[in-house]
Amino acid sequence: MTNWTHESGTRIARAVRQGEVTARSVIEQHLDRIEAHNPRLKAYTDITAGRALAAAERIDARWRRGETLPPLAGMPFAVKNLFDIANLPTRAGSKINRDRPPSETDATAITRLEAAGAILLGGLNMGEYAYDFTGRNAHDGHSRNPHDPERMTGGSSGGSGGCVAAGMAPVALGSDTNGSIRVPSSLCGLFGLKPTYGALSRGGSFPFVTSLDHVGPLARSVEDLAHVHDAMRGPDPRDPACWGGSSAPLVPEIETGIAGLRIARAGGYFGRMASPEALEAVETVAGALGATRMVEIPEAQRARAAAFVMTMTEGAALHQERLRKRVGDFDPEVRDRLLAGAMLPGAWYHRAQVFRAWYKEAVAELFRQVDILIAPATPVSAPLVDQQVFTVDGQDLPVRANLGIFTQPISFIGLPVAAVPVWPDRGMPIGVQVIAAAGRDDLVLRVARHLEREGICEARIAP
Amino acid sequence: MNPSDPPDFEALAASLAKVLGLPVDAANLAAVAMNLALAYRLAPGFVDFPLPDTLEPAPVFDPRPSFVAQP
Repeated sequence: MTNWTHESGTRIARAVRQGEVTARSVIEQHLDRIEAHNPRLKAYTDITAGRALAAAERIDARWRRGETLPPLAGMPFAVKNLFDIANLPTRAGSKINRDRPPSETDATAITRLEAAGAILLGGLNMGEYAYDFTGRNAHDGHSRNPHDPERMTGGSSGGSGGCVAAGMAPVALGSDTNGSIRVPSSLCGLFGLKPTYGALSRGGSFPFVTSLDHVGPLARSVEDLAHVHDAMRGPDPRDPACWGGSSAPLVPEIETGIAGLRIARAGGYFGRMASPEALEAVETVAGALGATRMVEIPEAQRARAAAFVMTMTEGAALHQERLRKRVGDFDPEVRDRLLAGAMLPGAWYHRAQVFRAWYKEAVAELFRQVDILIAPATPVSAPLVDQQVFTVDGQDLPVRANLGIFTQPISFIGLPVAAVPVWPDRGMPIGVQVIAAAGRDDLVLRVARHLEREGICEARIAP
Repeated sequence: MNPSDPPDFEALAASLAKVLGLPVDAANLAAVAMNLALAYRLAPGFVDFPLPDTLEPAPVFDPRPSFVAQP
């Protein structure tokens, strides 16, 4: 009997459409696996089993009637619990939000994936209010890395990373403000897509820093990333940033290879602050892509600083009322960052936004010379769950604030990125960022698919 | 205070919390101050970076109501 929890979402959908397996069997296998592994890994916070089984029954009934099934028919997926799920409060990793009334509707992303036939399994653990790179959560327990439960998943989409790496869904949606898709993809050994800012709708998701918030998928195959992207794409009146302009279908592009692409490694800041394992992963990917050229992303360190301050300020503004009324109900690690953010000068925020405009043009100039940039996704592989500090370049850096030092300068200007997983001979995986110019999401998945096809990058399921 | 002395971020955080009406307790003052200090250490990276006076901030305000602005 096929173990469908080990298959990609695309493979599952193909099998359901062809009558090789029922959607109900697929969902039941996934629910069994969730029951077996979730208590230890703490990936799911809400399991929508009844809804999933009912959706599976509807798909199977359509197949029995001889109807043509939609492209993702029977593909299980789960969402970070900042996406609205009808009849559940949108907790966004917090204690406070679970006192809100249940959502009346689903987030746009869920609606669109279900329209394509995908089946929602539930909501996933995350760092409180997405202000996190670790996957730790004081209220729901810390997400555990399926490849070594003593280690963190990365965050803030920690449950999304853990869920997919453990085979509890082939695909999960996350959000990425400063790295929250790419960091867990790196630490859990998955493919992740942070699309161009505004390309996919955030409608019906709880915000963090609206200037920087993105949503996107984590998966074990590049084909799944492309299919999920294509099912989610399109303008949405619920998201003022979702302009839809760059979001062309990606599925037709991913097998077109890398011939003719000008690919370079990001040096300077991205080389200095990385551990040997992170540099080795970049070397592996660059070697496979024939990328011998090294370029410097101009002023990346300043960009990271500006993203850091913008995040503190917008995050503090968003939560100011909750801080005043329910300060004791915050995760202390998040509370203290938000309180400090409320104390920063307004001029800094304005300056950060002006710098962002300058930096966008400077990096766009770089993309006149190259099509793809390769950079580490995280400075280190997964730290221990309670680890407070890691060391790179002779510096001890706090884990929580610094796992995203390489992702922040990229999402700051909304560039599309695929995180691709590299496995060393021994030990934990670590991710590499494949970065393109704004609107060229097709290029990052073409390169990711090439690396997957060549066996350089792969996503493994933990036993 | 000597100008070369490092800033007292705990004192700053305590003062700002009072002025802004933020609920910072003695127990978490040090942690708030540490985060404040981190921001102050990072901010000169972009605050002091020379930029043209005419450069507009990144967000573009769209004066049209959302029902008109949508594509």
